[in-house]
Amino acid sequence: MAAEHGIEAQSLVRDFKNVRAVQGIDLAVAPGEIYGFLGPNGAGKSTTVHMLTTLLPPTSGMARVAGFDVVKDGPKVRASIGAALQEAALDPWLTGREHIRLQSALHGIRGREQTVRGNELLTRVGLTHAAERKVQTYSGGMKRRLDLALALVHRPSILFLDEPTTGLDPQSRSALWMEVSRLAREDGVTVFLTTQYLEEADVLANRVGIIDRGLIVAEGTPDALKAQIGRPTVEAAPREPAQLGALTAVLGRFGEQTEAAPGAIAVRLDGKGDLADVVRALDAEGLNVQNLQLHAPSLDDVFLAKTGHRLEGDEQAEE
Amino acid sequence: MNAAREVGAIAWRSIRRTFRQPANAIVLVFPLMLMAVNANGLKAATHLPGFPTTSFLAFFIPFTFIQGALFAASTAGTELGRDIDTGFLNRLALTPLRGSALLVGHLGGALAQTFIQALVYLGVGLLFGVRFASGVAGMATLILLALCIGAGFASAGIWIALRTGSGEAVQSQIPVLFFLLFISSMNMPRNLIEVHWFRVAATLNPVSYMIEGMRSLVIQGWNGQALALGFGLSLAFVTLAMTASSFALRKRMART
Repeated sequence: MAAEHGIEAQSLVRDFKNVRAVQGIDLAVAPGEIYGFLGPNGAGKSTTVHMLTTLLPPTSGMARVAGFDVVKDGPKVRASIGAALQEAALDPWLTGREHIRLQSALHGIRGREQTVRGNELLTRVGLTHAAERKVQTYSGGMKRRLDLALALVHRPSILFLDEPTTGLDPQSRSALWMEVSRLAREDGVTVFLTTQYLEEADVLANRVGIIDRGLIVAEGTPDALKAQIGRPTVEAAPREPAQLGALTAVLGRFGEQTEAAPGAIAVRLDGKGDLADVVRALDAEGLNVQNLQLHAPSLDDVFLAKTGHRLEGDEQAEE
Repeated sequence: MNAAREVGAIAWRSIRRTFRQPANAIVLVFPLMLMAVNANGLKAATHLPGFPTTSFLAFFIPFTFIQGALFAASTAGTELGRDIDTGFLNRLALTPLRGSALLVGHLGGALAQTFIQALVYLGVGLLFGVRFASGVAGMATLILLALCIGAGFASAGIWIALRTGSGEAVQSQIPVLFFLLFISSMNMPRNLIEVHWFRVAATLNPVSYMIEGMRSLVIQGWNGQALALGFGLSLAFVTLAMTASSFALRKRMART
């Protein structure tokens, strides 16, 4: 399954009537890499995945997946990739094993090989016990795991996962993360993962591309992206609400004000002082705070810095 | 993988899911209920001069087969609409599956449903005294014609699904096909329909000839012209609807 070629795209554009959903994307994903494509709803993530998986022809631009052009060599691209698209598309009236049998048959896997591969995948995703049950009885996490197994039936070298953990409970999410990590680490599978969860991109991806309104606005390893923002944030809430103004004035000496929880003040430290200096200044002014926190930069801060708005809770138009 | 195996895989899934849905059992019963009501309520029509048989049940039973085929068509279209809606079609599009194999395979469930329904309707008819002038071979021919008609209606259902992309939209458009059934010669031979516009409509309606092809097997024996028209129009219907579906699929499954 190890990939020789990854994914590359140049100036990839997709228009829908009067809307330009993807506005010229350039990206390069190395073989064996987990690439996190992070952005809010409507940013163009799924449209990009549909173009890269040959389900949607690009309006302009070029993309090669597994060494094949997505427009000219669609069947070769499809033979090299597996995909679990948004919302596990499963048949509620078929069992888990029947899904694998159908998917295997359509990929030309038959007879004993089909049985062995099916058992192997069901074991891998922890669904052996539920293999003979109709999918309508599965939980969301089980459906997602079956979806992943189906994407792997023909041993693809590149895997596309479009928001694979949306709607899952933390335990199911964590189990899926482990499996995706294992695929890249042990089998050398290249993974292109779209997500709107910062934590998912942070934990899982070797590199992250941040997409907003159809454009990649930042790209790099999660650590490098956070380092671009560099400075931590100090957030404080006064014990007496009347002291909020005085608290704002004191914190303002240490950096630019940024978003904070209701009733609190936050500043991004500008290097003129650290947390100890802030505490000393508050003490000198006789200000009592009930809550004082130092936040290391997160991918959300990166997103805010690059786009001017927060990722989480900032819904754009649906794709 | 060859096309036959692809068709087989899709048909296998289509048949399984069709027979696992309890709602499809209701589809089996409803035409029987309508047959029971009409066979009793309209039996006086057999006293009309020129009416071709003394058994209204024998006259009406072909309509039951066609109604069953129409319900099976609704199933085929609705299922495909749901596949589009849920993204299952995208899953299939990511495999080497040929578009033509998808269409033909998808007919599998509808044809299996039509076949089972036809056996049941035939059994009920025989139980209540319907005798086939064309004998056992005529019964087999009637089932074959029912399958051709079922394939035609199912192809139409598939075309609607591909055009609309929604199972609900298919269900809302099936009554239009139902209308065709009711303005046919289902209840009365065309030459005995007294209302002029209705007789013209029934004469122009291909469904009349499908019913009359079946009816000929029950009450006349082997009528070459009626069978040729029944089979010819059914196969033309299948060809037309499948061609339209192929174009619609190319647009719907726009993979490169």
